[in-house]
Amino acid sequence: MPNKRHALEAALKQRILILDGAMGTMIQKHKFEENDYRGERFKDWHVLVKGNNDLLSLTQPEVIAQIHREYLEAGADIIETNTFNATTISMEDYDMASLSREINLESARLARKVADEFTAREPHKPRYVAGVLGPTSKTCSISPDVNDPGYRNITFDQLVEAYIESTLALMEGGADLILIETIFDTLNAKAASFAVEEAFDQAGTSLPVMISGTITDASGRTLSGQTTEAFYNSIRHIKPLSIGLNCALGPDLLRQYVEELSTVCETFTSVHPNAGLPNEFGEYDLEAEDMAEEIIDWGEQGFINIVGGCCGTTPEHIKAFSDGLKNTAPRALPELPVRMRLSGLEACNLN
Amino acid sequence: MTNTAIFTNVGERTNVTGSARFKRLIMEEDYETALDVAREQVESGAQVIDINMDEAMLDSKAAMVKFLNLIASEPDISKVPIMVDSSKWEVIEAGLKCIQGKAIVNSISLKEGEEPFRKQAKILKRFGAAVVVMAFDETGQAETADRKFAICERSYRILVDELGFPPEDIIFDPNIFAVATGIEEHDNYAVEFIEGTRRIKENLPHCKVSGGVSNVSFSFRGNNPVREAIHSVFLYHAIQAGMDMGIVNAGQLAVYDDIPKELRDAVEDVILNKDPGAGERLVELAPKYSGMAQAEKVEDLEWRSWPVEKRLEHALVKGITDYIEEDTETCRQQFAKPIEVIEGPLMDGMNVVGDLFGAGKMFLPQVVKSARVMKRAVAYLDPYIEAEKQAGETNGKIIMATVKGDVHDIGKNIVGVVLQCNNYEVIDLGVMVPAEKILQTAIDENADIIGLSGLITPSLDEMVHVAKEMTRRGFEIPLLIGGATTSKAHTAVKIEPQYDKGVIYVNNASRAVGVASSLLSKTAKAEFLAKTKVEYEKVREQQARKKPRSKPIGLQQARANHAKLDWQNYVPPVPSKLGVQEFHDVAIDTLRHYIDWTPFFMTWSLAGKYPRILNDEVVGEQAQSLFADANAMLDKFARERSIQPKGVIGLFPANRVGDDIEIYSDESRTDVLLRSCQLRQQTEKKGFANYCLADYIAPKGTPDYFGAFAVTGGLEEDALAEAFDAQGDDYNKIMVKAVADRLAEAFAEYLHEQVRKVHWGYATDEALSNDELIRENYQGIRPAPGYPACPEHTEKSKIWDLLNVEERIGMKLTSSYAMWPGAAVSGWYFSHPDSKYFAVAGIQRDQVEDYAERQGMTLDEAHRWLGPNLGYDY
Repeated sequence: MPNKRHALEAALKQRILILDGAMGTMIQKHKFEENDYRGERFKDWHVLVKGNNDLLSLTQPEVIAQIHREYLEAGADIIETNTFNATTISMEDYDMASLSREINLESARLARKVADEFTAREPHKPRYVAGVLGPTSKTCSISPDVNDPGYRNITFDQLVEAYIESTLALMEGGADLILIETIFDTLNAKAASFAVEEAFDQAGTSLPVMISGTITDASGRTLSGQTTEAFYNSIRHIKPLSIGLNCALGPDLLRQYVEELSTVCETFTSVHPNAGLPNEFGEYDLEAEDMAEEIIDWGEQGFINIVGGCCGTTPEHIKAFSDGLKNTAPRALPELPVRMRLSGLEACNLN
Repeated sequence: MTNTAIFTNVGERTNVTGSARFKRLIMEEDYETALDVAREQVESGAQVIDINMDEAMLDSKAAMVKFLNLIASEPDISKVPIMVDSSKWEVIEAGLKCIQGKAIVNSISLKEGEEPFRKQAKILKRFGAAVVVMAFDETGQAETADRKFAICERSYRILVDELGFPPEDIIFDPNIFAVATGIEEHDNYAVEFIEGTRRIKENLPHCKVSGGVSNVSFSFRGNNPVREAIHSVFLYHAIQAGMDMGIVNAGQLAVYDDIPKELRDAVEDVILNKDPGAGERLVELAPKYSGMAQAEKVEDLEWRSWPVEKRLEHALVKGITDYIEEDTETCRQQFAKPIEVIEGPLMDGMNVVGDLFGAGKMFLPQVVKSARVMKRAVAYLDPYIEAEKQAGETNGKIIMATVKGDVHDIGKNIVGVVLQCNNYEVIDLGVMVPAEKILQTAIDENADIIGLSGLITPSLDEMVHVAKEMTRRGFEIPLLIGGATTSKAHTAVKIEPQYDKGVIYVNNASRAVGVASSLLSKTAKAEFLAKTKVEYEKVREQQARKKPRSKPIGLQQARANHAKLDWQNYVPPVPSKLGVQEFHDVAIDTLRHYIDWTPFFMTWSLAGKYPRILNDEVVGEQAQSLFADANAMLDKFARERSIQPKGVIGLFPANRVGDDIEIYSDESRTDVLLRSCQLRQQTEKKGFANYCLADYIAPKGTPDYFGAFAVTGGLEEDALAEAFDAQGDDYNKIMVKAVADRLAEAFAEYLHEQVRKVHWGYATDEALSNDELIRENYQGIRPAPGYPACPEHTEKSKIWDLLNVEERIGMKLTSSYAMWPGAAVSGWYFSHPDSKYFAVAGIQRDQVEDYAERQGMTLDEAHRWLGPNLGYDY
């Protein structure tokens, strides 16, 4: 679908596009109990499903649609499908691997429907659906067993298989682009991008891809130990629409890595940080205007092309970003010299 | 990071075809040592490491996967990119599936024709790997410059023009062959390579050229000096022609200019094939140079041969105490005055430590070990300095104390060590220090800064008090605030307004040095204070604007919405044994299985969950070393019984009366031993109760029970820590406390399990792993006074009265109701299956009044003890 990519690229050269905010935070507000998660269809399911937020696309579709609507109302250009944990691998926790395809498909359809409502209403501001591929709960380059560092509980091939299935369903449900996000372990993301390309081959068409990694703490590295630039070098080969960072940190702590990324990255950049770090109650309490202050500054500094929110953010936050960035020029793409850009945990760019 | 060097070294020793040693290690499955080989290569400068497992007797694919997975857990190695080297495609593919970084594949070629070449290239593109392409086609390996260039160009066209492979990710290997073999056709091999390289680089944009350098000197096996000279001369010319990369043993390269002229000229004639006799001349000359023995490096102790200043620095950075006195003495003899040793090389070394720590390249436990080395050196010099009666210049003098009523000092000790490392003189007044003593010492010592620490919430008030006293007594020096319950918000709202000469919240040890140096700098101080003031003003505004999380409600309304447990259809379990029991002989080897290690690592500022943290890419190595030291200490405690965990529990008949729990002496339930007063949540709840711990006990009429406990890791904690302190061993001083802390928590967990399974006995068949215990997957809770479900600290005195804690096991309460020793836990037992932890959070004036009356406190006292929970301004 080259036209979608062209339209997006054209828009990205005009302005900073707004991504939506947290899905989980919005779902939490409904204080759903086990029965709400189950709905009629899964009332006799043999495993507890409370907390399986992606299942709500099947059992509480109207609630999910409403959340999408609130974000679009707040000004989001791109909404994310409710599929963060919808791969067969993550769904296994609820013995629902067999529902993975359906959840991805229906989640994409839900988002598509709501996005189309808004596009129809405001044709000058087309809305896009990003089909989300989450990290899964397993890591391909870290051993779960301290005493056996060579051991892995998931393989690259298993991840590829799961991600192909999710990607095809997201495409079928009408996603405009694919967002590989919250990357703790770059090898998982490489498997996801490998799968996405395989899925494009199988479907005979391709979509733009957004990639977003996660710096897990103040060491400035992903959970699997890579620096921002090393991460970038590891995945730039798929020529994504954008590369960015999300989750784990609030905007204050993330700032330096966003700035670094904006200088080393020749594609568009995206960021969707958390609303601060969790407080002693495990809640995120950075308020919309305070968060927007930092985000707007990033816009003005020319760090970003796409921005939204992760854990703890709400339509209020998204609206504050959208309003505040209305007249801010997007980051211009830098021209980088052609180099062999290798990486281990650190980047190694050869002259 | 951009590598600006014109030549990239690829380490070759992790290659079973090239290194006999590595092959033996892999065949014997000694992966541990094999990893050392990889590490040594990175340490000696390899920018990429080549890994090859092509050996007929080996399952190459399995060995490749295993070794790569192991490397992923070794940040020292995996920081550099990997070159997956195999002639088997399936080994390459399996390897790429284990590498998160951008790797290089070595190699593909047109040897089997274009189709397999295309197929492989497409897959590599999808993995994002760079690739080495051999100058090899259907007819064989290219020997001449023409053939080399022709094959590379053909490969390049397919890759770049046809498949869209990024040209910058292509490395050509135009084949390096041996020269001076005695066969005439071989004489021009080096020249052909150099010429081929030149044409490739000129005509195929962005690609790189690489090669296996050691091949060229193959005829001189066994004569390393000559081989090194050949490599060096060959590279000198090949690099000029454009060679960018080479598989080379970085430790085995002669410096071009250092090669004796006679040898260099002879080698040059061979490499450039100047005349037909060149090879023979070199063969004749070679034996003369074969004896140029290289200095065998003794890796471990190599640093012992460095200049003494460097040795001191190394010992400080690595935390090695073995030679410190010897080296300090050597240094002392070189300087005019012993103090200069401290001010010079030792401080220089500590500055390196400080810089590395500041840059996140060293971690706290390492810094504490460095401090131990420093202290040892200073202690050695002390008598000499004493003899000369000269005081050392320090950056400034800092008074540190844990405030009155509080006994917790791990964090304070860590900050003290870090400051000392940065050449501040730290006067540590210890724990439970009254304001008066802190201030008087500051005056007597003419201190530059006062630092206060505390862990329990009442300490916050004591800090406010110290600040007020500083104002009253006209102090001018800044005040630092730190410790687990302190916060920027509390400092800004409560403490800073009391003292206007500078109050700064320091949230962790690594920040302390920056803050201290700003405060003691004549130039930066004013600006730093002004900036902090503005920042705190902003925090205060934000706090004032903060909307309450949810609406407060009246106490009556909250009580009406209490947790409604179904007492009609529930029979509270009867304890198998009522009354008080002491525990004096629980073995450390029993308790250690109950330890939750995650908080232990947090104490040392290492973030991550146990056991994952042991393998963490960044802090894993440190975590493992700490973990080993902690376990060694536990072994020692167990062996020597030098620390004795003690505990006491009591189970009693009890009933709920309002928000209190009445505890009776016996089943007649007539003699009230005492009433435990509980607090109720007082904000508007939707779909939830306004919880209060009393709700979990049955009202009168239904016989119910209630328990209490107090445990300590051991009364010996302080004495053990002081013994280490006396030896200047801060590391172990902190370690004792951190380990004792874990023992106390483990003991509490263990006793709770015993209570559930035996003494109360309502869960006799419970079988939970330690992990499940940590996640509290059991029936019943054990909330501790001072924590969110029962935040008021004076309730601890009731546990002390009820169980005779002090008499029975020697634990004490301070004036602020902190427990002594610091490694201690006390709390209540609830058995009801619906009981759960919650946070009382903000309460209102009506409840405070009610509570004051129930507790027999004045309203002022109640406000003081409930300070952190007041949901209104007072």
